[in-house]
Amino acid sequence: MSVWSESTKERAKEIIARYPEKRSAVMPLLYLAMAEEGHLTDPGMEEVARWCEITPAQVRAVASFYTMFKRERTGQYLISCCTSITCMLLGGDEVLHAVEDESGVPHGETDDEGMLSVEHVECIGACGGAPAVQVNYELIEGVSPTQARELVRWLKRARPEVANSDEMQELFGARRSFDWGISEEHGAIGPYPAFQPLGTVGSEVSE
Amino acid sequence: MTTPLLITRRMTDHPGDSHTIVRYESTGGYTQGKRALGLTRDELVEEIKTSGLLGRGGAAFPAGLKWSFLAPERPAYLVVNADESEPGTFKDRQLLERDPHQIIEGMIITSIANEVHHAFVYIRGEYAKPARRVQTAVDEAYAKGYLGGGIFGSDYDLEVTVHLGGGAYICGEETALINSLEGKRGEPRLKPPYFPAAKGLYMMPTIVNNVETIANLPHILAMGGGEYSKMSGSADTGTFLMSLSGHVNRPGNYELAHGITWRELIYEIGGGIPDDKQLKAWIPGGASAPWFIPEKHLDLEITKDATAAAGSMLGSGAVIVMDEDTCMVRAAERLVRFFAHESCGQCTPCREGTTWLEMILRRIEEGQGRAVDLDLLVDVSDGISIGLAWPPKMTTICPLGPSAVSPIIALRDYFRDEVDSHVGNGGCPLKSGGGPQTPRSPSGEGASEDGRSSDPVASKEDRP
Repeated sequence: MSVWSESTKERAKEIIARYPEKRSAVMPLLYLAMAEEGHLTDPGMEEVARWCEITPAQVRAVASFYTMFKRERTGQYLISCCTSITCMLLGGDEVLHAVEDESGVPHGETDDEGMLSVEHVECIGACGGAPAVQVNYELIEGVSPTQARELVRWLKRARPEVANSDEMQELFGARRSFDWGISEEHGAIGPYPAFQPLGTVGSEVSE
Repeated sequence: MTTPLLITRRMTDHPGDSHTIVRYESTGGYTQGKRALGLTRDELVEEIKTSGLLGRGGAAFPAGLKWSFLAPERPAYLVVNADESEPGTFKDRQLLERDPHQIIEGMIITSIANEVHHAFVYIRGEYAKPARRVQTAVDEAYAKGYLGGGIFGSDYDLEVTVHLGGGAYICGEETALINSLEGKRGEPRLKPPYFPAAKGLYMMPTIVNNVETIANLPHILAMGGGEYSKMSGSADTGTFLMSLSGHVNRPGNYELAHGITWRELIYEIGGGIPDDKQLKAWIPGGASAPWFIPEKHLDLEITKDATAAAGSMLGSGAVIVMDEDTCMVRAAERLVRFFAHESCGQCTPCREGTTWLEMILRRIEEGQGRAVDLDLLVDVSDGISIGLAWPPKMTTICPLGPSAVSPIIALRDYFRDEVDSHVGNGGCPLKSGGGPQTPRSPSGEGASEDGRSSDPVASKEDRP
């Protein structure tokens, strides 16, 4: 019995068609499984195995290798704080502690409501705008501990349907690594990357 | 700067919309991709060889030479390595996000030169926005007939697939990247075969090039390899993107000609150290590179050879600057933690060695260090990279483990006193780890009853 909706199955077909061999679609299909169920479950990974024509063990071997494949319940908003070298030099640890303190969620964990997950991550390529934070892999650069607390309060209060990088940067960020150019209207709808082939790109809902 | 900008010109001149196909084409885009269709493989490979273009992913391997190794079996593949994850590096993110068509045109040229009909862009998963930008650009190029069946009205087919990684630094190693793209764990492959150009994706000939390398190609064709090779005042050719970060007033990506000095980079281009503090050390080429100190290295030229002669490398072009208040033990711990976290676990010296280095550094920082700990760090490092030579000797399948010893060499050679004062002082003698941080916990608060660190950042429980 499939745990996937018809539209997810359609998307899985489209993704597999992008690769010369089915097995190459394991990673995008794992993201698809996360989008379908919120995180990776055994039935979800078995589904990926069927589509890629490999064993569930082979799928789990891949899923467990990469940090972005979440095999435990993950919040609607995944807050990732960079504490790698440059962010650490410029106060990244303090930003992490502020997020943990304001949310009440220690890193690596999720709150009871399933709203917030907090993690610390290695370098996310925003060193020119350190310290950096991502919400569902949407970036905010130049975040102070105070702004990090405001970000947590805002997520809890406003519960945005779409996490939009430009909007959050405007509200909670400061120095950027480089000029971002015209703003994007799209963002993430869950704790996985917002990417067109995965169907995980959300449009900003205007008031 | 007087450097003629190549790969960052469009985003500098048109900061709002440099990523759109309209802007790309109105500024000369796709003319070289079209032109490449009329050139032979030999002509294209020769042009790139003449240019002297070195790979920009970290290893600085000559790009033209890499292409010339391509084995004759077909199909051949191209994979653009956009798995940028080396701490301090954020140049490819800017190229992907701000000028994705430049990369697509570079892929068209590379594909034609190497008879490739299916190319991939492997983008790290955390780069969601850059990946969206590249996918949008790919879709635009398909719609215009620049990708897909019969590109530019020719009989040449080229498919492009954008692939998202899953958050693993090791996938930047080209054979790990290929395993990952095949739907396997991102573990580097045993060598030989040494080059994916012989056996790569699906064991077929494969070109793996870094984003910045690919972005240079339309410019090399436009100006000619000979002209490109003369752009810089030194033996290294063309321009070089440097990601400057840490304790500098103007961090950012700078496209430079080789041959300026570190003093010019940090004090003129970077605007010096905030609050006029003293420079303590900098990392010249990403987390893997041995550190430089002002007393010895400030007036060295920034070239591949001068940096190698001084025992380090330009690597991925990431320069991380640390001011006088930075705790070197803490900085070393943070770098080593990265390698311990990102070790794929196949090779014992790397998996165990990096983990021990991290634990020893943490106990020194937290006031539980012993007088023998520096020697122990050096000994463990020697077990990962015998003799601690430069370039590092390998005990492992890939260079990740040997890269992790760079901070230990810096502690041994330049900051022995600081390590000793940590041990003598019962913890960090500096009031903070540098920057606007909360001071470290007094001795004892940083460790729980069982002696393990309770510092949340230090916990390893969340590791896979």
